[in-house]
Amino acid sequence: MTKKAYEPLFHISKRNTIVWWKAWTIRAAAILAALIVCGFVTLALTGLNPINVYITMFEGAFGTSRRIWNLLQNVAILLCVSLAVTPAFKMKFWNLGAEGQVLIGGLATEVCMIFLGNKLPTPLLIVVMVAASIVAGAVWGFIPAFFKANWETNESLFTLMMNYVAIQIVSYFTFIWSVPKGSGTPRVLEFGRLPVIGGQKYMLNIIVVAVLTIAMFIYLKYTKQGYEIAVVGGSPNTARYVGIDVKKIILRTMLISGAICGIAGLLLVAGTDHSLKSSTAGGRGFTAIMVSWLAKFDPIFMVFTSFLIVFLEKGASKISEVYRLNDSFSDIITGIIIFFIIGSEFFINYKLKLSKNSNKEAAK
Amino acid sequence: MDSIAAIELKNISKSFGSIAANKNISLTVSRGEILSVLGENGSGKTTLMNMISGIYFPDSGEIFIDGKEVHINSPKDAFDYKIGMIHQHFKLVNVFSAAENIVLGLEDKEKFSMKRYSKKIKDISEQYGFDIDPSKKIYEMSVSEKQTVEIIKVLFRGADILILDEPTAVLTPQETVKLFKILRKMRDDGKAIIIITHKLHEVLSISDRVAVLRKGEYIGTVNTAETDEAQLTEMMVGKKVELNISRSEPKSDIERLKVENLSCKNRDDITLLDNVSFSVRAGEIFGIAGIAGSGQRELLEAIAGLQPIAEGKIVYVDPKTNQEEDLRNKTPIQIRDMGVRLAFVPEDRLGMGLVGNMDIIDNMMLRSYQKGNTAFLERKAPKNLADTVVEKLEVVTPSTSTAVRKLSGGNVQKVLVGREISSAPTVLMAAYPVRGLDINSSYMIYNLLNEQKEKGTAVIFVGEDLDVLIELCDRILVIAGGKVSGIVDGRTAKKEEIGLLMTKSSFEEEKEEEANHD
Repeated sequence: MTKKAYEPLFHISKRNTIVWWKAWTIRAAAILAALIVCGFVTLALTGLNPINVYITMFEGAFGTSRRIWNLLQNVAILLCVSLAVTPAFKMKFWNLGAEGQVLIGGLATEVCMIFLGNKLPTPLLIVVMVAASIVAGAVWGFIPAFFKANWETNESLFTLMMNYVAIQIVSYFTFIWSVPKGSGTPRVLEFGRLPVIGGQKYMLNIIVVAVLTIAMFIYLKYTKQGYEIAVVGGSPNTARYVGIDVKKIILRTMLISGAICGIAGLLLVAGTDHSLKSSTAGGRGFTAIMVSWLAKFDPIFMVFTSFLIVFLEKGASKISEVYRLNDSFSDIITGIIIFFIIGSEFFINYKLKLSKNSNKEAAK
Repeated sequence: MDSIAAIELKNISKSFGSIAANKNISLTVSRGEILSVLGENGSGKTTLMNMISGIYFPDSGEIFIDGKEVHINSPKDAFDYKIGMIHQHFKLVNVFSAAENIVLGLEDKEKFSMKRYSKKIKDISEQYGFDIDPSKKIYEMSVSEKQTVEIIKVLFRGADILILDEPTAVLTPQETVKLFKILRKMRDDGKAIIIITHKLHEVLSISDRVAVLRKGEYIGTVNTAETDEAQLTEMMVGKKVELNISRSEPKSDIERLKVENLSCKNRDDITLLDNVSFSVRAGEIFGIAGIAGSGQRELLEAIAGLQPIAEGKIVYVDPKTNQEEDLRNKTPIQIRDMGVRLAFVPEDRLGMGLVGNMDIIDNMMLRSYQKGNTAFLERKAPKNLADTVVEKLEVVTPSTSTAVRKLSGGNVQKVLVGREISSAPTVLMAAYPVRGLDINSSYMIYNLLNEQKEKGTAVIFVGEDLDVLIELCDRILVIAGGKVSGIVDGRTAKKEEIGLLMTKSSFEEEKEEEANHD
């Protein structure tokens, strides 16, 4: 044998269980490590003091009460979209079309606000808007589900493509309805704005999403329908074996998923922006995927993960603003931190052990 | 050369998480010798062999080949040391021909020439008496032909240490005899052969020496000529186990389930079941024997309402009213709503009978979760059932809220069988219920089936171990290529007779048999 073979350096083995504090220690260590790495990157790229940069980041998110409300509003919308994709994900139906479902819900809202705005009393108008946004989002979610249930089409590609269709439709109408006409500036919607509660513009959004969060938690954990979703997601064959109508569950779950996306569209158009453009959803349909996965599909835990993501976004964009760095720098910081957080899950699920012989060999 | 072992293992240990799969195992195999590695499922045989073939790396211990210490980091390293492993589950590309599979991944300095390769394959076949057509596609092959391809594949690469993992599990008795003949020829040719098995009579007929493992530990090595079944069993399971399965006389001859001229086709219009007829009586165990994939699964699924039926009838006789009801093309829920208490333990436990990610309680309510008029789940009754099953069937688990995928194979099966018999079924179907289970768990399952039989349940048992079928079942239906090739009495049937019936309808294999006799 001319070839020389060495023992591998590490042994990787799956952990059976891990005590909760150990898991959290690993996660905390990951964030700390991320901050240290970010610090070096900051220093190397910009020459700035990392501690100051972190303080700026924190200020960007919590600096003023307006910033805090803005942060909470963003958390609410992101959480809402994350709640929407979660039942589909639990069913292992990869709904990557939340972006489009939100936009279509927003478009339905806008249609009501423009064409029924001065014809219906506001309370009735809002009821119609809610119904329209839910139906529109649900239909957009139902279409890929229908094809998946009947012809086993690939839902990831289908929902992804539906995003582009939705974006183009919204762009088209934004242009048609722009004021002045043809200018491309989105029309500002006056009628049917959601009511302001307690003097806070975003309060209603936050309350709606809080209620949705609890409802989704109960739905997934304690209802028969939630159980059916888990069975279909766990093993479609087992579902068939016990007589669950898999087709029906796929259609029903995607109706729910799309409907909640529709509500997110409503909250964005009638409760926040009072206008609609093709970038209104702002990539939340995709960020929500990460929020849901990081929280392991637990709605309560998703409150924290969506908060973390929004905090990072807000903080990082403040850094760019204050230190006159371009947006890519904040993306680098966000990317490093998220990479470490996701990577820490590996160390929670697996343990590494140095080979006994490797020390010996290194010493030689 | 003869004095130095072809391969020697010294104090090999390997653990997965907290489970020690192998503890301080030492073995030697010489050239020109067949060593059996005997042990129950889960005793660490496959893990040990995977370390020799480069799939796993030992935590500690040494491996010597021809007296020199080696580190085998990858299957490629193993090939370099001329070690070839034939896995239990074949690793072949279906749409490729035999020859293409054999040369796949070969690193050869010379020019690629299918003609030259084909010739070499022919030479190897002639040398050891294989019977193979190099241009035949894998998907057209029988299981035994695929195995032949796997063996030629490692010989082609020049392996002289061969490891076969449960090679006879998928073979009929006749095919096993053929394989053993080839193995002996290879031994006489100076190759070192390790064969993993848990079938005692095969160990005695093929090997020169037997190494026994139990729960990851090395128990000892004995010369085959100086041992017998009783001693090996004792080494394997630790204490003396009564090999007899009790079998009571059926009490009645009331027919509970009648299958009449049943035919099924798949989407591509290929016949899966062809004119199958039989009836199962209340209070008997009705065995179904056949080569894997002969239509057993489709038959049970058709009865359970999971497989569309092209022709024929499935008649259930209600024990209370004696009325006959046709179950044909009813969904599982419709069957349940008709009051038919049909329990089904499918072959694929985690993929079909249970949901692996759910805990024991949630798996208990799979059949019953719809009870109650509210939209909410009721977890109290399933929790009680889970507690009862865990206690009565001695399920080893940290708690009832442990995900079933974390349990060992035997415990998973206990959870599944426990749930299925909890509904006091009138018909119980079990497909390969002891596959992958250790002896003690297997006997617990046999006892549970017997218990159901005593209670008057019509039990259908699909099995693979003919010895067990003959000892457990009152009658045995033999299925071959989707057709019933015979129904025999479990008390008088001979294994060879069943083995012949198993291959009866497959015309090609019959021809092959004849060719070999010439």
